[in-house]
Amino acid sequence: MACLPLTSLETGMHGRVARIAAGHSATRRLYEMGFNTGADVVVVKNDRGPVIVGLRGHKVALGRGLAEKMLINTEQ
Amino acid sequence: MSKIIALVGNPNCGKTTLFNALTGANHHVGNWPGVTVERKEGQFRHGNEVLTIVDLPGIYSLGAFSEDEMVARDFILSGEPDVVINVVDATNIERNLYLTTQLLEMGAKVVVALNMVDEANSRKISLNTGALSRRLGVPVVPTVASKRKGLEELAEAAVSLMGLAPKRSRYHLSYGESIDAKVAELEKVVHVEGLVYPPRWVAVKLLEGDEHVLRMVEGSLSSQELENFRRVYEEVAAHSSDLPLEIVDGRYRFVHAVTSSAVRRPSEGVLTLTDRLDRVLTHRYWGLPLFALIMFAVFQLTFALGQDLLGGLVAGGVEFVGEALDGLLLRVSAPDWLRSYAAEGLIGGVGVVLEFIPLIVILYMLMGLLEDSGYMARAAYVMDNTMRAVGLQGKTFIPLIVGFGCNVPGVMAARTLENKKDRMIAILINPFMSCGAKIPIYLAFIAAFFPEQGALVMFSLYVLGILVALLMGKVLSSTLFKGDVSHFLLELPPYRTPTLRNVLRNMWDNVSGFLARAGTVIFVVVSLLWVLSALPAGVEPYGPESILGRIGSLIAPIFAPAGFGNWQAAVGLFSGIAAKEAVVATLGMVYAGVEEGIELVSALQGAFTPLTALSFLVMTLLYTPCVATLATIRKETGSAKWAVFSAFYSFAIGWVGAVLVFQVGRILGLG
Repeated sequence: MACLPLTSLETGMHGRVARIAAGHSATRRLYEMGFNTGADVVVVKNDRGPVIVGLRGHKVALGRGLAEKMLINTEQ
Repeated sequence: MSKIIALVGNPNCGKTTLFNALTGANHHVGNWPGVTVERKEGQFRHGNEVLTIVDLPGIYSLGAFSEDEMVARDFILSGEPDVVINVVDATNIERNLYLTTQLLEMGAKVVVALNMVDEANSRKISLNTGALSRRLGVPVVPTVASKRKGLEELAEAAVSLMGLAPKRSRYHLSYGESIDAKVAELEKVVHVEGLVYPPRWVAVKLLEGDEHVLRMVEGSLSSQELENFRRVYEEVAAHSSDLPLEIVDGRYRFVHAVTSSAVRRPSEGVLTLTDRLDRVLTHRYWGLPLFALIMFAVFQLTFALGQDLLGGLVAGGVEFVGEALDGLLLRVSAPDWLRSYAAEGLIGGVGVVLEFIPLIVILYMLMGLLEDSGYMARAAYVMDNTMRAVGLQGKTFIPLIVGFGCNVPGVMAARTLENKKDRMIAILINPFMSCGAKIPIYLAFIAAFFPEQGALVMFSLYVLGILVALLMGKVLSSTLFKGDVSHFLLELPPYRTPTLRNVLRNMWDNVSGFLARAGTVIFVVVSLLWVLSALPAGVEPYGPESILGRIGSLIAPIFAPAGFGNWQAAVGLFSGIAAKEAVVATLGMVYAGVEEGIELVSALQGAFTPLTALSFLVMTLLYTPCVATLATIRKETGSAKWAVFSAFYSFAIGWVGAVLVFQVGRILGLG
């Protein structure tokens, strides 16, 4: 399974959330905001500063520290 | 007693818009998450019945993560609301329904208001309301709160639910075999007399590791039951760090099952207007300069429209009222002291504050445009790097932006921050954000000394406020509130065309507060100071021998190193602690008394130099917050200690800032 941290995905790339390795409460919060296992995400912006992710047609900005800990399965 | 309806929903799903539409109230609405932090109540009539409706803060979940989640959860659990209207953003239905699943688990009587269906339509999202309603087992009513559509139907659905018993048993969310078994085990041991909450909900919460629920359970079981409970709890909850996440997955699976046949969205790939705008506004290099440019444009426009176009309007009105009032008092042969009170206290003091209303109207209309467009969340985004450099995160900037209006809601907005450190710092640095009440002070001095560079001076003061806030953020986060930088996580709402109604409402929010203060606090302060300026009897009014003069002279030497060691300035700063507009009101009054008909502007030109004007402005920007803000700091931090701390440390910083400006300016030969 090709799992990459969200920060290493390029703009426009799609993938599914495989695992989040952040702290207990941050992981939980991300799950509740819809980044649960298998959620489809698309990278809208990833250069400097927080990564912007498209999630079910909405946009969420994630700090780089957090984005690094979100592992994305890029195999479709 | 009237029936109670609670409004619950995700941040920025339109709850407050719906609340305003239902009740005819005028609460602040913004296109960014976290505008409502307080519980608000209002009434509306449906048929013959008057219903009370409570607007709760926007939340993603009914866990126990942040203050606002607890507020919402406790209120629903208390059994007070007869019905819960769950506002669901139709354009983001899956995430919104996650909260719905939890409401249903709690056994609440729920009506779903499927809001913003017009926007969903224009984004080609097709929604089958009937199918949604059947699968959720609750009424679903499509609404467009901003256009007042679907409100009657929504009220009807809510009222018809009121008479019915809750349908707890019908709703059963499965988390998969293994978790369901654990839930069932736990459910048995918490299903006891003393515990009033739905046992299944309690069991799920316990598996989610909810400590509040655990304490509640332990507090309400008898010792026999407690022993029984602990045994089972340890057994089922052991080795299960992933259990809470599996439960979230379970809820989303349910949501997916609900929406799979009822919602269809077009495959993505088309660049929306929001995407194109964000390419520019959140650009890695231009994002921050653009934010600065936008703010500068706001001030430039404020001066162009507010001062040059409308400036004379209210000033003329105040002058006219002043003359009419004096004429009237003359005609009824009122005593001299009353005429002096009217001319110097009311017109010179309160009136001077009112003259700045056109600028404040324009400024807050422009800020309202930005807010309603969805730009403010981008401002937090582009500030994240800067905030991170001082040990904070971008979201901490949101309460600071709110502080531009008034520090009281600014301090309260810090509630949306989950991290205690972020929250405390956001509260303590909030007063450095230049609030609306300080604007008259800036404007009076700008008119006297920098009439050509108004926007620049004002912009610089705002920027200085931000810089000092950031600097103090750095100091606080490396001394009193150490800890890791918390994660930045913020939803970026789609850009929307601002509606006139919202822009006007947000402007009125600020202006009405301003007017209310002018009529209360400022009025009282000015009246009190007027009395002090005329006592003891026989003394020359507004002279250094009056009580006011003596008090001022006592404080004044403190400010000598900053260049404005005159007693009038000292009294002005002192009264500004009651409310910031009182600084100008006081100066207006004490100078109006010196000589008949003297204008505040020319009086300031006589008492200050451009350099001391600048140091005075820096002082007013930074020094001790007003009492309303201090009281809010006390309330929000839960301790008077922090309010006292805020009062003194801001004073010290204001003083140092003012002295620096004056001394450096003098060395540079500007004095």
